[in-house]
Amino acid sequence: MSAEYLKESASQTAGPYVHIGCVPSFAGLTGMYGGNDLGDTMITGDVKGERITIEGYVFDGAGAPAKDALLEIWQADAAGLYNAPTETRGQADPNFTGWGRQPTDGDTGRYRFETIKPGAVPYPGGQMQAPHCVVWIVARGINLGLNTRIYFDDEADANASDPVLNKVELSARRDTLVAKKSGNTYTFNIHLQGEHETVFFDI
Amino acid sequence: MTQTAKPETGAFSPRDLDHQPPAFTPGYKTSILRSPQRNLISFDNTVSEITGPTFGHQMLGELDNDLILNYAAPGESAIGERLIVHGRVLDEQGRPVPNVLVEFWQANAGGRYRHKKDAYLAALDPNFGGCGRTISAEDGSYNFRTVKPGPYPWPNGANDWRPAHIHFSVFGHGFAQRLITQMYFEGDPHIALCPIVQTIPDETAIDALVARLDMDNTIPMDIRAYRFDIVLRGRRSTLFENRLEGN
Repeated sequence: MSAEYLKESASQTAGPYVHIGCVPSFAGLTGMYGGNDLGDTMITGDVKGERITIEGYVFDGAGAPAKDALLEIWQADAAGLYNAPTETRGQADPNFTGWGRQPTDGDTGRYRFETIKPGAVPYPGGQMQAPHCVVWIVARGINLGLNTRIYFDDEADANASDPVLNKVELSARRDTLVAKKSGNTYTFNIHLQGEHETVFFDI
Repeated sequence: MTQTAKPETGAFSPRDLDHQPPAFTPGYKTSILRSPQRNLISFDNTVSEITGPTFGHQMLGELDNDLILNYAAPGESAIGERLIVHGRVLDEQGRPVPNVLVEFWQANAGGRYRHKKDAYLAALDPNFGGCGRTISAEDGSYNFRTVKPGPYPWPNGANDWRPAHIHFSVFGHGFAQRLITQMYFEGDPHIALCPIVQTIPDETAIDALVARLDMDNTIPMDIRAYRFDIVLRGRRSTLFENRLEGN
């Protein structure tokens, strides 16, 4: 960009007390905002689609679970539409927000989203992307929020042709973006660093 | 929610990572094991990054943007220097970003957070919770009332102190704009000494996080004002660009 434009504000870590601002009820500020943490509930009514749980841990480079992280996910509804004014392709399911926010547990480090399996959405040019959630991770020690994606292991064919997954050259690294299904629960562990480091994106 | 114009739906300009802190900043020790070491993989925005959640003004409670009162007992108020913090949410083209959720949280006037992990010996204020939120107006403006947070020591170096700061979480209109940052106060000598501030390699980027005393918006005999503008990523111009299906 040329000099006449502004620069995006620099990021700073969310810090260890991010819960106060983003999930105050979880942080013990009882009654704040009516006692409801924003993003805790993604399903607000008789939602269309397959109800699923996505859960896992955020591991640091020493393999320890981060117990003070915050995750947000953003995903399409079962028909592949986003619940956003910037969605131009149609009207999304009114009973699904598409956006979730959850802390990792302060004792165990586990996070959990109760959501639905997203539908496929297009890639610029018209090719379809495999069903996925986009993910944003912040925590103490993370200077700039990390972006990744959750894909689903029961979508092997769609994953194989997904244009974003195919930007990851090594198949073992692609696997870091694929959640593993057991019953209605998908497990998606995030490794910030190390041998199993998750693929992160510059979006 | 109210929208005066059809929202723009183009892709965002690539993030200028030279203006952002790198992941690995050994002066801030917690980053050492929490920093990815492989390259980030870049791709042009898809509909997943261009869209994002939005929140309506009707979601807000009357005192959501008043930290002096929103945790206080009836008739009482938080202890500390009374402040208005205000500014605008803009994009990189300098245009206002209306109708976006802005959340803020901070320590109390003594530098203590209302959080079970904070064991600093400064006292809790029973009338101060430390969190608030608002939604930007049509001109991108936002404001809230609070008390000035205190500086506090933290375990990093043997004698590291955070400058007085307020944390901000800002949504845009697309998920790629999502940002968390911190606001500092003009003239604070701890800014230059803080390993977290100094993760930002660019001095102008640090300066842009420093709020200015604003006497024009200070209310005589009541409360001082500080001004802090937030800049989110801008959408790339769509001039002469063929609109591709799914873009």
